[in-house]
Amino acid sequence: MFRRLHEPEAAVTITVDGAPLVAGAGETVAAALLASGNPVCRQSPASGQPRAPFCMMGACFDCLVEIDGVPNRQSCLVEVRPGMAVRRQARPTPVGP
Amino acid sequence: MSAINSGEIDLAVVGAGPAGLAAATTAAELGLAVSVFDENATPGGQIYRGIEAVAAKRGADFAVLGDAYRAGESIVRDFRASKAAYAPNTGVWLVQKDRQLGIVRDGKAGMVAARRVLIATGAQERPVPIPGWTLPGVMLAGAAQGLLKSAGMVPAGPVVLAGNGPLLYQLAAQLVAAGVKIAALLETRSERAAALPHLPAALMAGNYLAKGLGLIAAVKRAGVPIRRGVTELRALGCERLEAVEVAAGGRTERIDAALLCLHQGVVANVQLSLAIPLKHEWSAAQRCWRPVVDQWGNSDVEGIAVAGDCAGIGGAEAAAHAGRIAAFEAARALGRIDAAARDTHAASDLAAWRRHLRARPFLDALYPPAQGLVVPADDVPVCRCEEVTAGQVRDAVRQGGTGPNQVKSFTRSGMGPCQGRMCALTVSEVIADALGKPVAEIGTYRIRPPIKPLTVGELAALE
Repeated sequence: MFRRLHEPEAAVTITVDGAPLVAGAGETVAAALLASGNPVCRQSPASGQPRAPFCMMGACFDCLVEIDGVPNRQSCLVEVRPGMAVRRQARPTPVGP
Repeated sequence: MSAINSGEIDLAVVGAGPAGLAAATTAAELGLAVSVFDENATPGGQIYRGIEAVAAKRGADFAVLGDAYRAGESIVRDFRASKAAYAPNTGVWLVQKDRQLGIVRDGKAGMVAARRVLIATGAQERPVPIPGWTLPGVMLAGAAQGLLKSAGMVPAGPVVLAGNGPLLYQLAAQLVAAGVKIAALLETRSERAAALPHLPAALMAGNYLAKGLGLIAAVKRAGVPIRRGVTELRALGCERLEAVEVAAGGRTERIDAALLCLHQGVVANVQLSLAIPLKHEWSAAQRCWRPVVDQWGNSDVEGIAVAGDCAGIGGAEAAAHAGRIAAFEAARALGRIDAAARDTHAASDLAAWRRHLRARPFLDALYPPAQGLVVPADDVPVCRCEEVTAGQVRDAVRQGGTGPNQVKSFTRSGMGPCQGRMCALTVSEVIADALGKPVAEIGTYRIRPPIKPLTVGELAALE
């Protein structure tokens, strides 16, 4: 959905659902996902529809992903770090009796 | 420059945009122990997002981003050179009336106390509820601009810009300068006749008009197809955006797009000031809530002030002046300078702040949000988190809901993780419209801390 105007000065490799993704140092996780070809961060809990970053300024919470085992991180506010493990979030299973 | 002052904090500043940075620099110069808390990794706020990286490594991008952006370089440089402490990546989830702040960083929550607090949380984009606006591929214009500033990223496929307001034209001009081909710019409405009476004052405010006309000319020169008088917008697609359907002048067309950037102006970010709560009022001109403050930024709560766009939209230049004005007042309130010294120090900033604000009535009147986007049709989702439609809000009103908090309990609108940031304005407007009352009477959601979700683990670290 987005492309870089310049090659990043320093590359940082993270994983997204286990697959390596090369990002630029200083980029946020949300930016890296938007440049990856698949911007989807999660399925909405209400209906399961896919969501991608929307506001990129910490307001909309559509960019929530799991980062290093911690779910619901705002990926537009977290910068990539080498070896960071990012997972897209599936729609939570409803809790029932 | 340390992360948080080890001793007592005279002035805690929330937000590292132009207002917060200018306030912190000025207050530190006056000898106050200042700490700035900001949830972003680098200083500058949204308007000067990524400016240090651009200055250091991507200097060529200044030509794309423009002079207005470059103005942030000195604000950030002066702040870095000051004695103010700076805590980036630090969220503020609570401000109490006794000036205790709840912060969270590195997975741990904590409390800090300050003798004075300055809220400088800036603006957010007005929500733009259209059919399909939750699809991947639909974003706010400021989001695309933020990517250009912070990461040097531009749209990769066909991009459509839609809405109105200075930021939309600025983004269009920046994308053109970066060599991006814009598939279409769809302008919802501009009200030249209504804005005209405010033109003389705006001309006195500075070069806002010349800058704006320059941007529009650059976009036209690049041959970007422009549709004016857009009455309907629809984002089409299944798993992601495929096309934009637009109605203008009685004609409907479909434009293939991978990215749709929406914009309907910016509004004061009042999440924190509502949670305290400070006293707020409805701005009919800007169609948003803002805290009630005096010219020094003082709110109705002793020791808590507000500066910059979060006190009402005035733009980045006005915000920096407001920050400095609030810093002089903080120094007076804490006994460092007397009222006469404050008045002398602040005179030029007060004059410049008032001059910049003279441009606002013109801009507010020229670019009002489109009525169909302020009060959307029944099938449009207004609450993105809980996927509540405008129709469901109207049903709740028919069932006896009289205000946003009742509608929230009836429908779950505003109960998701964004805590109403993306739906509060729309929900209040829809209720007001349904009941035939002014929004000022309808009110808004009661916002409660923590204003950003905290994990149990983060809370457990609280001493």
